Amino acid sequence: MTGPVAISEQGRGQSHALEIADVSKRFSVAGRRVQALSHIRLAVDDGEFVSIVGASGCGKSTLLRLVLGLDTDYDGDIRVDGHRVERPGLDRSIVFQEHRLLPWLNVEANVAAALRQSGLGAAERGELVRDHLHLVGLDQFAKAYPAQLSGGMAQRVAIARALVTKPRFLLLDEPLGALDALTRLRLQDELQRIVRHEGTTAVLVTHDVDEAVYLGDRIVIMHPHPGRIATILPVTDAVSRDRSDPNFIRLRDEVLSWLGVSRTGIDADAELARRSA
Amino acid sequence: MSLITIAGRERLSHTAPIGPPPSPFLGRHLRPLAVPIALLAIWELLAHAGVADPRFLPPLEEVVARGVAEFSRGGLAFNLLASLERDLIGFVCGSVAGIALGLAIGFSRLLERLLGPVLLVHRQIALFAWVPLISMWFGGGEAGKVVFIALAAFQPALINTWQGVSGIPRSYRELAEVLTFGWFDFARIIAIPGALPQIFTGLHSALIYAWTATVGAELLLNIAPGIGGRMNEGQHLFHMDLLLLCILLLGGVGVVFNVIAGSLEHRLLRWRIP
Ligand SMILES: Nc1ncnc2c1ncn2[C@@H]1O[C@H](COP(=O)(O)OP(=O)(O)OP(=O)(O)O)[C@@H](O)[C@H]1O
Ligand SMILES: [Mg+2]
Repeated sequence: MTGPVAISEQGRGQSHALEIADVSKRFSVAGRRVQALSHIRLAVDDGEFVSIVGASGCGKSTLLRLVLGLDTDYDGDIRVDGHRVERPGLDRSIVFQEHRLLPWLNVEANVAAALRQSGLGAAERGELVRDHLHLVGLDQFAKAYPAQLSGGMAQRVAIARALVTKPRFLLLDEPLGALDALTRLRLQDELQRIVRHEGTTAVLVTHDVDEAVYLGDRIVIMHPHPGRIATILPVTDAVSRDRSDPNFIRLRDEVLSWLGVSRTGIDADAELARRSA
Repeated sequence: MSLITIAGRERLSHTAPIGPPPSPFLGRHLRPLAVPIALLAIWELLAHAGVADPRFLPPLEEVVARGVAEFSRGGLAFNLLASLERDLIGFVCGSVAGIALGLAIGFSRLLERLLGPVLLVHRQIALFAWVPLISMWFGGGEAGKVVFIALAAFQPALINTWQGVSGIPRSYRELAEVLTFGWFDFARIIAIPGALPQIFTGLHSALIYAWTATVGAELLLNIAPGIGGRMNEGQHLFHMDLLLLCILLLGGVGVVFNVIAGSLEHRLLRWRIP
């Protein structure tokens, strides 16, 4: 440490909150080598919300696993504040693609499990758990077991579990995929509100392009075989997060065309006209 | 809580019975008794029809009379208690040791590699093959008997606990890593509850094995108060009714153990709702 000036300079000049530097990852599946990730470069700043979209199997979950520190066997570097990620930590939490609740713990205890290593007192933990169950609208189900929940409810518990530690980085692997359209929209707003409010840095993997555009500050588009970043599209303020805004629809169509899906066939202006009619 | 029961009711409506309605007479409670009752009836028939020599197969009522007499004198009850006490001590020692070692092996790769093969070979050795060795080492008295019973309970408790822990899905181990659990939290929150169904299966077997071993020890090692001792007596004095009474008693205790274990299991594993 050479003093505050040097640190702040370094912070501004070189290290991002999260930096994925030229990361490649190979698996061997049945004796064959699978290049799951190839030369991934992505820098995420504090408070940013990054969406990742891409075809199934292009390595999105793998990338999140590496950021978590669950797997350190890869080429390249993943750094938080300039320090290489060596192991999982409570600064990074995840909502897995499947809810991964422990079936023998009730909802409350599942959420509380995330606070085991927090060093907080029992009363504080209880309050945090209650707050976060309220946040995802499941206060009534605190004593229910996962087997008694619907898929969407279980996923909401998983979201509460990921948020309850107030992590600096929130990694979301298709967290809303199992939800009905209405709950999904509500939780998108909720997620956005929480992330803004807590200053959380979020990386969201989703198959829902609308969701990616609505929530992301940037959209990372990945292509498979090998898993790589095709492009990164900024979501400008002009898009304004209004789903019926022509800019919103234009950006959504651009993302879709990057994904190889033909455009929706609806001209943005025509759609707007239809909606206001 | 009310919402939970609503959720439960929804589930019920999904699994509405499709097959024919259960027969009202041979209901859930009577069906398991059908075969034993039939066997008793056949026994009674054989004894009275003069097919079987009554010295070898006394009729059922004689055995019952013997039972009434024995219990009213307190002799058999005393022996039964002696057997149960021996069984319980052996069961507790053996299954506690089995669970402890099973957890250790389940947690530690090193221990698993060191001890795993040995224990799998150990399983192949018939339980009663240990009797001569145990009687040499621990004597044929109380100590030898309890060691033998403990060994019987140890085996299933160990194997099931070990396999229960090592069968915890990788995704849960990953979750433990993400939540930065140390080994204690991993054991308490993930491994032990996750392995609990199989630990119970092990304890259930251990209970039955220990009871079998109790009678075996009493028959094969030194004579001491206990059901096995009375069976020896029945054999030597040619008291067939006593012998049969003891066998019925052994079966009865086994059934009671089964029922107790089953209901405990059901109660403690409530989370397995579906
Ligand atoms: N543990 C593993 N062992 C071997 N191969 C793996 C493993 N995990 C992932 N892969 C491979 O890596 C590739 C990327 O998988 P990944 O799960 O990251 O895809 P994904 O983008 O998350 O897909 P989806 O959208 O379907 O969830 C796949 O080809 C998969 O076969
Ligand atoms: Mg995935």
